[in-house]
Amino acid sequence: MSLLDVQNVSKRFGGLAALTDISFVCNKGEILGIIGPNGAGKTTLFNVINGFYPPSAGDVFFNGEKISSLKPHKICARGIARTFQVVRPLQRMTVLDNVIASAFIRATTKAKATETANEVLQFAGLYDDRALVSKGLPLGKRKRLEIARALATRPEMVLLDESFAGLNPTEINEQIEIVRKIRDKGITILIIEHHMKVIMSISDRIVVLNYGKQIAEGTPAEISRNPVVIEAYLGEEHRA
Amino acid sequence: MKRYWPYLALILLAILPLVGISSYTMHVLILVIMWSIIGMAWNVLGGFCGQVSFGHAAFFGVGAYTAGILYHHLGISAWWGMPACVVVLIAVSLIVGYICLRLRGAYFALATLALGEVCRVAAENMVWFTQGNLGILIKERTWVGKTWYYYVILLIAVGSYIFIKRVIASKWGYYFVAIREDQDAAESLGIDTTFYKTIALCISGVLTGIAGAFYMNYMGYIDPGIVFSLSDISILTVMVVMVGGVATFGGPTMGALIMVFLAEIVRSTPKIGAAHQTIFGILLILIIIFLPNGVVGDFRKIVKFFKPKRTRA
Repeated sequence: MSLLDVQNVSKRFGGLAALTDISFVCNKGEILGIIGPNGAGKTTLFNVINGFYPPSAGDVFFNGEKISSLKPHKICARGIARTFQVVRPLQRMTVLDNVIASAFIRATTKAKATETANEVLQFAGLYDDRALVSKGLPLGKRKRLEIARALATRPEMVLLDESFAGLNPTEINEQIEIVRKIRDKGITILIIEHHMKVIMSISDRIVVLNYGKQIAEGTPAEISRNPVVIEAYLGEEHRA
Repeated sequence: MKRYWPYLALILLAILPLVGISSYTMHVLILVIMWSIIGMAWNVLGGFCGQVSFGHAAFFGVGAYTAGILYHHLGISAWWGMPACVVVLIAVSLIVGYICLRLRGAYFALATLALGEVCRVAAENMVWFTQGNLGILIKERTWVGKTWYYYVILLIAVGSYIFIKRVIASKWGYYFVAIREDQDAAESLGIDTTFYKTIALCISGVLTGIAGAFYMNYMGYIDPGIVFSLSDISILTVMVVMVGGVATFGGPTMGALIMVFLAEIVRSTPKIGAAHQTIFGILLILIIIFLPNGVVGDFRKIVKFFKPKRTRA
């Protein structure tokens, strides 16, 4: 059953076609990877799904309802949460307050919001850092804070924008664990990633973008054999 | 110990008029308390929600004129201006918010700067309604002495302080700070940023307006140049909070104390009195360089500076 349905989405900035005619579906409970070279339009695609940009053409459906003209906060209320490639913690708030602020979207009282926040922080392995000001966190933890904040909104689907970039091998393994655990909670994941090993191992299916166009879609095994993808992005050494 | 400070300060302030201080000192104290309310109000919008306004004179003046016009045209007590200005200022805030809050950062600040001036020019020219530059005079003052005015403003200040503290500890407060820290991130976390910025503006506008309505009652005379003044109201509001400490609870009160006393001292000093705005400007530059979080926010820095320096053995 499809949860997210992207239909013929295009996005132009003046004369620049950032996205051209993108169509794919993301099924419930799936991890769908989005890869492509720099400037391929991956983050633009997230910004369209998340509501920062209205699409120039095409529509996005979530749970069968059109969401492509809604504001970001409304889309978040429908159940799509996102993280940012360049992490954007609420710097002068503590880790706990960051997560409480986002938990308030479903929680009616502060006690309930705090409860959700504590639970999510434990899930993301940040509970011991909850009293720290988020400005001072190392990158790995800031990336996890982004995820914790997204989860605190109790989403049906999370959009993870390069949650692995810049992490060391240990942190990458921890992060993979967290992403898998999120899926085990029944949350659908759409993930942008440059780290090939990670994306190939965790994704159920992958969509490949290049210059704003969708050049391939399929399972990791199919993608790594696809000659167009190898030509555009993976390079010869990835040929399976 | 620190927990009891506000209560101790409050008790001290409550018994102060009973010990028989001069009428002039009372006047200065009333101004300090009034400015601390305006500072607290500005702080909700500018400090916690991050929307810096250079036009709070608009709210102050509208509050003052609400009281003044009720008295002048309807002949009822100007004290009715206080409840009335709540309604008026919510309306004004909604209109201003609808126009200005779509702007971000410096553009919002510039729009509010214009807002204050627009209000001043409007009040100067709508003579049939505001008496223009003639101003509005209340002929019979409610109390001759200053004691009751003092208690009224003290009560409003305590009420505002408690109200703001509660708001900031609630969901609204979290949302305000989230908007300040990163508006796009806040929006993507499900926060309706336009709506909550409007709420912050309403709270800020109403409290500033109440202070304005009090000013009308207390001073008994207003004109557009006084209550819509850019330098003496709008800028001073920003200074009170900057000096005291942005986004702190005690900051505006501390800032009001420092700024009002400083203003009185400088103005009464021969020869340099006329240059008080120059002195304020220099002070602001020094504060931004050395105490960016204000006297309250950087209190530790000040303590450290004055502590005798121990040499290491």
